[in-house]
Amino acid sequence: MIIESPAIELRNVSRRFLSPEGKSFTAIRDFNMSVAQGEFVAVVGPTGCGKSTTLNLVTGLAKPSSGDAFVFGKPVEGIDKRIGFVFQTDALFPWRNVIDNVTAGPVFRGLGKAKANDKARDWLARVGLTRFEQHYPHQLSGGMRKRVALAQTFINEPQILLMDEPFSALDVQTRVLMHDELLSLWSGAKASVIFVTHDLEEAIALADKVYVLTAGPGTVKSIYPIDLPRPRIVADIRYDPKFIEISRTIWNDLRDEVKISSARAAA
Amino acid sequence: MADVTVSASLAGITASTTDAEIEARAAAAARKHSWLVVFWRLVVLALLLGSWELAARTGLIDEFFYSYPSAILVRLWELIRDGTDEAPLWYHLWVTMKESLLGFVFGSVGGIACGVALGRNKLLADIFSVYIKIFNAIPRVVLAPIFILLFGFDIWSKVVLSLVMVFFVVFANAFQGVREADRAMIANARILGANGWQVTRSVILPSAMSWIFASLHISFSFAIVGAIVGEFIGSRYGIGFIIQTARGLHDTAEMYATILIILLVVLLAEYVMTWVEHRLAKWRPAPFNEAGN
Repeated sequence: MIIESPAIELRNVSRRFLSPEGKSFTAIRDFNMSVAQGEFVAVVGPTGCGKSTTLNLVTGLAKPSSGDAFVFGKPVEGIDKRIGFVFQTDALFPWRNVIDNVTAGPVFRGLGKAKANDKARDWLARVGLTRFEQHYPHQLSGGMRKRVALAQTFINEPQILLMDEPFSALDVQTRVLMHDELLSLWSGAKASVIFVTHDLEEAIALADKVYVLTAGPGTVKSIYPIDLPRPRIVADIRYDPKFIEISRTIWNDLRDEVKISSARAAA
Repeated sequence: MADVTVSASLAGITASTTDAEIEARAAAAARKHSWLVVFWRLVVLALLLGSWELAARTGLIDEFFYSYPSAILVRLWELIRDGTDEAPLWYHLWVTMKESLLGFVFGSVGGIACGVALGRNKLLADIFSVYIKIFNAIPRVVLAPIFILLFGFDIWSKVVLSLVMVFFVVFANAFQGVREADRAMIANARILGANGWQVTRSVILPSAMSWIFASLHISFSFAIVGAIVGEFIGSRYGIGFIIQTARGLHDTAEMYATILIILLVVLLAEYVMTWVEHRLAKWRPAPFNEAGN
């Protein structure tokens, strides 16, 4: 029997920074995480606990100060082509129209413009933006821009999808629509996901597993499997008694860390 | 379209007023406003020129130093018709334009290239920034006599002076523009698969473009300053040469007429540049109240 290596593995990693004043501080320490192939993992924790740092270690944009990061069983070296990343802020290119934003990835990777356009139209249809391919980002609503960002990421067919509070800037109704959109894209793509958020309900509604981090320097406090059945309808699932029960359990755990973090911020 | 404030024309609007009526009223108000502006601009111009003319004719100001509008127009017409002893006016203008345009193109291409290179490479920036600061402290026009010595009386001494005037402005803005490029956008491009050159071309350059364009606006007039100062110091042709000759002959009307020509050229260049910028920047949201200036 062949044991499938996890899609992402972080083993005892720490990451230390130098602040602009030259002081060293630790963002995450003794951090362990394993994401199976096709698994959806959400990471929650108080502000400033190093959630985004974990994602950067997986992309190769940052290197661990100690410990090891693996992608499909191999150490992370540089940027892996199998990775897709959805940013918290608007990272679309404002000077390109919608379709040229979506084709960016394939064209960077050497695909011809015509083929890339065909592919992009397919993805724009899936996120419901066919009529907007000639629009520029500033002409779209926040939710539509996020859809473009999803199409831009998914067109590269990533096997690993990293999401850094991608929907935090959206209003509540749009956010729920985006959750369902994301789950349907994900179930088609079967990618492994790390979804960083500070919204616990969002984490539970989307993920197979929720990691709770301690207040910074961040390390894993506890891991909760979420055995809610799929496919899930995010707008309805939050009223499920089981959802509420899970939510209460994890919140009891998370609350202490949030208190520590906010006490520090006030100090 | 014009985003016009309609509050002034809102008097008398009731619940039964249709949108079309409100829009028509607002459009009429906007038209009225722009006619009013044009009218008063012309009045101001007529007053200025008229009092100048009157003051010179009545001897209130010395026409030897200040000349007056009608004399300047006559001299301008003579210049256009007859040129100078050396060459027709068009040839002088052509020489000055050639010098400024070459200086402008070389200076801005060089400025952008160096700005992007140093903006992208911290080590290079740290090494060279001190020299750039030192060289930048030299008022550029003091180099004119040296360039005349080095490159002679032909166009190249003026081209180099123009180039130096343009280079630093464009360089500083390109450098700043590159530094301001959004971190997330660069990370996004890299993860999507862009290599270093692709990041520069598709993220860094476009995002620095608005900074660069802001500098190109000013630097074209700098290029003309460079060319004309160079011509003052030593030349055979050019607008600066005409002004210098006219000064020798105490022909103030000719000096003013030449200034008028160069003023029109700079305005035209400014207009072309704005047009190009608008074409390139169609991705940007329209500024508020575009027609309200």
